[in-house]
Amino acid sequence: MSVVALKPYAFPAKDVRENFPAPLLFIGWEDHLMFGTPVALPLPPDTPFGALGTAVLPGTYGYHPDFAKIDWTKVEWFKSGKPWKPDPAKSLADNGLKHKDVIRFRTPGLSGINGSCN
Amino acid sequence: MSNVFIVFQDNDDSRPIIEAILADNAQAQATYPTGLVKIDAPGSLVVRRETIEELIGRPFDLQQIHVNLVTISGHIDEDDDQLSLKWNN
Amino acid sequence: MDTPVLKKKLGLKERYAAMTRGLHWDTTYQPMDKVFPYDKYEGIKIHDWDKWEDPFRLTMDAYWKYQGEKEKKLYAVIDAFAQNNGQLGVTDARYINALKVFLTGVTPLEYNAHRLFAHVGRQFTGTGARVACQMQSIDELRHYQTETHALSHYNKYFNGMHSPKHMNDRVWYLSVPKSYFEDACTSGPFEFLTAVSFSFEYLLTNLLFVPFMSGAAHNGDMSTVTFGFSAQSDESRHMTLGIECLKFMLEQDPDNVPIVQGWIDKWFWRGYRLLSIVAMMQDYMLPKRVMSWREGWEMYIEQNGESLFRDLARYGIRKPKGWVQACEGKNHISHQTYAVFYSYGAAAAFHTWVPEEEEMAWLSEKYPETFEKYYLPRWNYWREQAKNGNRFYQKTLPMLCQTCQIPMIFTEPGDATKIAYRESDYQGDKYHFCSDHCKEIFDNEPEKYVQAWLPVHQIYQGNCFKPGVDPTKEGFDPLLAVFDYYNFKVGRDNLDFEGSEDQKNFAAWRGDSVQGAKK
Repeated sequence: MSVVALKPYAFPAKDVRENFPAPLLFIGWEDHLMFGTPVALPLPPDTPFGALGTAVLPGTYGYHPDFAKIDWTKVEWFKSGKPWKPDPAKSLADNGLKHKDVIRFRTPGLSGINGSCN
Repeated sequence: MSNVFIVFQDNDDSRPIIEAILADNAQAQATYPTGLVKIDAPGSLVVRRETIEELIGRPFDLQQIHVNLVTISGHIDEDDDQLSLKWNN
Repeated sequence: MDTPVLKKKLGLKERYAAMTRGLHWDTTYQPMDKVFPYDKYEGIKIHDWDKWEDPFRLTMDAYWKYQGEKEKKLYAVIDAFAQNNGQLGVTDARYINALKVFLTGVTPLEYNAHRLFAHVGRQFTGTGARVACQMQSIDELRHYQTETHALSHYNKYFNGMHSPKHMNDRVWYLSVPKSYFEDACTSGPFEFLTAVSFSFEYLLTNLLFVPFMSGAAHNGDMSTVTFGFSAQSDESRHMTLGIECLKFMLEQDPDNVPIVQGWIDKWFWRGYRLLSIVAMMQDYMLPKRVMSWREGWEMYIEQNGESLFRDLARYGIRKPKGWVQACEGKNHISHQTYAVFYSYGAAAAFHTWVPEEEEMAWLSEKYPETFEKYYLPRWNYWREQAKNGNRFYQKTLPMLCQTCQIPMIFTEPGDATKIAYRESDYQGDKYHFCSDHCKEIFDNEPEKYVQAWLPVHQIYQGNCFKPGVDPTKEGFDPLLAVFDYYNFKVGRDNLDFEGSEDQKNFAAWRGDSVQGAKK
């Protein structure tokens, strides 16, 4: 279906890649609803994927007592909800991440305050 | 059967209207959430001008109830003599 | 000699007919379709506009008379409230924060509604509908003015209420109500009435104006109760316009039914999402509580909505698609919404706080299946941390739903431990949604929603700084620059209630200790 309109209806999309200084990446931490929403981050495409855990996410998730306990080699990743194995040494772009992709991570053994998913 | 309801501000203007509704609708029940009077009745409910006039002893224009009306449910019909609410099910 | 003829006063039905019929004429210099370009293109077929009837049969003369009475009553109370320092009589200064949300989130909608009903009234070719829209347009302007006037008294004493219109146009969480109305106003006139008059006013508005205003009464806020009920007295007429318009469309032509059903599906969900913020006000921001969000939902939506949709079934209309999920959400959305505002408490123009012990007990009692299991653990942790000077403030911007523009806080149907993620690809880009229904709304009209002004994305695009701000300058703090663009007074309007200027002032004015003022 599409918009019912009197005249041809064509307007530019607001959030195309060119409008941002860097591509947006959406990130969510499963089983940790103390962070009640996933986050949005503009990240240069050449950022090494491994830098997420060491440089990018501490500022976002470091408040949680589970964060310091994460073993990043055991983390399970999902891209658009499907299991996914990124290479931490490669860049975001080389791992196939594009503007407005959404990735999530699960930290086995760590599921929030007293296992409550909070 | 579904309930209809009508809600008024709980004040002196509303009192005779409430009394009239309760007199004219045997199954109507009033509750009093803070600041309000909510009247529920199964299926339908009627507000009659004459009953209100008898209670206040003077003419009453039914549209006057708009001043203190808060909310209603059901299908509405209003003329000079009565306002009715009903569900058709 | 002629005897004077006594003219009988017209009855209500005749008066209504006299004042709403025969006032319209067909144009001759220009084709009708050119003068009224909008009342056909949506596909709604109208054969006889005279079948449109306002069941209250309110005519313009009576309208002015009763509206005048309402105004006099209202202003008497507002004056008395101001003269008697009514702001000191509210239960607790935390309560004022609900008014801040109302003033910045709801009041500007009244103004938009005023504009939109004026526009829609102009576009219909039926006089009855035009008169009803004209009255509602004036009502909405009255609501905007009286709310602003009543709340301006609080603005003299409390922070965060100084720029409601400016904030409504810019602040991230206020894009939710703003975009709802902009979505409605960029629809055709029949969709607009289905969106605002039916889905919002008829189905959902009771939840805003009835339990919440009762809550205001319960919390000693005479001024808000009075403008709330005064507005709501118009609301019953608006609701009636909503249901009558719906029945009118359904009765005019069977081809209208699927179009209307699609709008009901869309706008019920849009309105339900919009009310998340009311759910939060109801459960978390009224220090003295009257009714939980869930109880209000059951009374005004489930019971009443069941009756309504049983009734509409004879036209071939069924309940909105999102009905079951919305009903499941009654146990969750207030908690999810307030928690995210608490997390982003540095970026809001009102205060948030950890609920007190007895408030959490109330939430446990009202939400026995969900509060303790899903939400209490984070509050206990946050409270402990706040006590130790480590109050949680999330600093990374949230991911938003492309349709409702709310952060992605809502969980999967049937599993409140998992955030719901949905996505669509359109013209080479990904779009993300909080639910199946927001995704479906997008998928039905992607050309429209790709234009959404999503606040988080606008911030990252650099569009939310004041003119002349140089982001390349050394020491540039993007977040502070955004708050400046919002007109936030950082440290006064935002952050926790605990330690706020509002808290200290209120305690001092009432002569309480800070601790005592909270009780």
